[in-house]
Parts: sequence; structure tokens; C-alpha cells
Amino acid sequence: MCLAVPGKILDIYETNNLLMGRIDFGGVVREACLTFVPEAKVGDYTIIHVGFALNLIDEEEAKETLALLDAISNQDQIE
Amino acid sequence: MKYLNEFRDSRLVSNVIDEIIRSTSQRWVIMEICGGQTHSIMKYGLDQLLPDKIELVHGPGCPVCVTSLEMIDKALAIASQPEVIFTSYGDMLRVPGSQGDLFSIRASGNDIRVVYSALDAVKIAQENPNKLVVFFAIGFETTAPANAMSVMYAQELGLKNFCLLVSHVKVPPAMYAILGSPNNRVQGFLAAGHVCTVMGYWEYIPIAQKYHVPIVVTGFEPVDILQGILFTIRELENRTYQVQNAYSRVVSYEGNKPAQNIIEQVFVGCDQKWRGIGIIPGSGWRLKPEYARYNAEDRFQVDEINPIESPLCVSGQILQGLVKPINCPAFANQCNPEHPLGATMVSSEGACAAYYRYGRSK
Repeated sequence: MCLAVPGKILDIYETNNLLMGRIDFGGVVREACLTFVPEAKVGDYTIIHVGFALNLIDEEEAKETLALLDAISNQDQIE
Repeated sequence: MKYLNEFRDSRLVSNVIDEIIRSTSQRWVIMEICGGQTHSIMKYGLDQLLPDKIELVHGPGCPVCVTSLEMIDKALAIASQPEVIFTSYGDMLRVPGSQGDLFSIRASGNDIRVVYSALDAVKIAQENPNKLVVFFAIGFETTAPANAMSVMYAQELGLKNFCLLVSHVKVPPAMYAILGSPNNRVQGFLAAGHVCTVMGYWEYIPIAQKYHVPIVVTGFEPVDILQGILFTIRELENRTYQVQNAYSRVVSYEGNKPAQNIIEQVFVGCDQKWRGIGIIPGSGWRLKPEYARYNAEDRFQVDEINPIESPLCVSGQILQGLVKPINCPAFANQCNPEHPLGATMVSSEGACAAYYRYGRSK
């Protein structure tokens, strides 16, 4: 139920005073409400749950996580 | 797809597993709170890759499963009214009430519609001014902002034919209930990543300190889940109990303030009854009195509900990590996804349904 899927913001507009956008989920495009991420820009990645963006995805944090886990892997190879 | 493929990488999975094996010196019991994580663990077979010393138990974080039988029976009673269009997230339609489910009410000719978003339910109310549209507002903190927004939006549009049947649940009070139980076995938690996306993780620090359990905010892809387990194991092995964030690309300490603000604007905390567990103090939200006109329970007289649970079902113990699905005598016999007897078999994210679907047998 708390499923939330990453997608890329294609455009941003207002409908009936709601901040909305079209989101690309790897080829499938759906509309979502962006009210909770007023700082969103076109091209940002966001995480969508029941038609609402819950947050933007932080690219730097994603890279750091992958680098951290890669470091574990490299350590394995050295050992 | 960016942010999915990297976190499903088999080389990373295998290396994090190796690191978990190296880091684990004794038996530990870890609970993943969220049903979505239970589903991922079973789907990717992560439970079978972990060392035997690590036991994963599956928490109560499936709102479809824990919505009380009384509330399901109320939904069935309201959905049976001829003037009503009853709208719901799809997961709720096959949840058994005392007699039948929403599908069987629909088969009797009532207007029951699945919506993707609470805003779609508002749209249906706009398009059907002569009908009363009721939206079944269930969910954890993840879903509460969307459901709250539907009330604000209906108000903005001046709609008088829209209301909510609210059954919201919150994670931290359930963790207090599990840890405070004399039978508790849980030594560390994977906190639910998308609940924390909304709420942040500051609420978990007093829980970790009070009960000396590490709590790690965890995502949903295989690498995310294994990273959460690795961080938890390191804390347990070091005899420390910090709250850590293993889903930092999405979750911040404070959470999403605009989303929290709308929850606070529309809902107020209340005690909530969880199916299979009972009443957990302060574990729910209901509409504030100023939004009473959007409360379906006020608009329909649905007080005389006498729910009847199956006496065979042990889902309450499963939701607290005390019993495994495969140790229930009814599992895959009298109880299966086609004919669920209780909470944890009804939704695909329930522990019993996940065990059944991914072939974890005796």
C-alpha cells in the first residue's frame, strides 16, 4: 500500500489551484499532484504515491549510497 | 529506469550479503515494519540469502491488513446505500468483512469504484452532483497527506456531496506497542521508508533510546533492504542503538513539511483499533471537528456493527512477530488468497499472502 515509484517530472502546471505535473515512469506517463514538492523543477526525479509526489530524489545522496556499498565490494576484492 | 536498476544490481546484492555474513556473530531478530518491504524480501528471496542467524519477522505495516473489521463492515453498510458512489483504493475491495466484501456489494448492483488517487474521488463527486461520493480513506502516514488533500480540494470546489470514511494508522505507536509487549522478540527495526519520507525519522529516536533497539530507515529495492539489515546488524553487534538512515536519497530527518502541515490541518490524533491486534492508543487520525461535514460516519448511521472474526486466524500474533505464517495450521489450507480468513492473507502485502505467493511452505 505504501508503494511509491520514482519518476521524472516532464512538465509542471496548475489545475484548479493545485500544482500538478506529468511524470515519466520509464516510458509510462501519468499525471501527479506536486503540491508537497513546491520546489520541484522540470527534469527532477520524484517519488510518487497514490498520485502525489512525496519528495524529490536527491541525486547526490543516491551516488553516495552506491559509492559506500561499492567500497564494501572493493574491500571484498582486496581481501 | 533510473533509481531502480542501480538498487537491484546483483553484484551489489551479493557483496552486501557477504558483508552481512561477516558482520553477524550471533542470532538476531529484526522486524521490517512495512508490508511493501515484506513483499520485496519474499519476491527477491532475500530471506533465503541471509545467514540463518538473522531472523526477519514481519510487522504490522500493511494498512489494508490492519483496517479493523468494524471499519470494513461500516464500509460495506455505507456502500450498500442506493444514493452512494463508494470509492476506494483497489486493495480494499476484496478484504472480507463479517459478511462479504466490497466486490460482493458491487456484484449486487451498487456503485463501487476503484480510484488511483483521492483526487479522482473528488472528481467523481464533481461529475455526479446527485450522488453522495464516499472515499475510503485508509493508510499510514504515507497516504494521509493525499487523503487530507482531498478534503481541502473538495472544500475549495464547494462540494457538498463528498465525504471520507477515515481509518488511518500511524507507525510509531505500533512500535511502542510491539516493544512494550512482554512477549516481544524484536531486537532491531527496519523503519518504513515511505512513512519516513513524509514524517522524517525524529520520532524514532526516543523509541530507540527507551527500548535500546536500533532503528534503520530502509527503502524497498533489494540493495536498500540489505543495506538496512547491514546497518541494523552492525548496531546490534556493537551493542549500540542509534537511528540511522539507509534511504537518504528520499528521506530527510525532518520529513516533508508541506505534507505534514496538511495532515495537521485536516486530521487530529485518536486511538485506533488494528485488525488482529486491538486498540493501540494514539495510533490513528480522524477528521478534525471543523471538517465534520466530510465525515461519512457522521452522515450515515452505522453504529450497530457486530463483527465476527474467524476463530482459526492467528494474524494478530503474526503482525507482532510472534508466529510465522507457515506455523499457522490454517495456512494454505482453509486460508489462502482466494478465501482469506484474516488480516495477513487479505492484501498481497500481508505476510501470509507474501509467503503463499512466493512459495514459502512448511
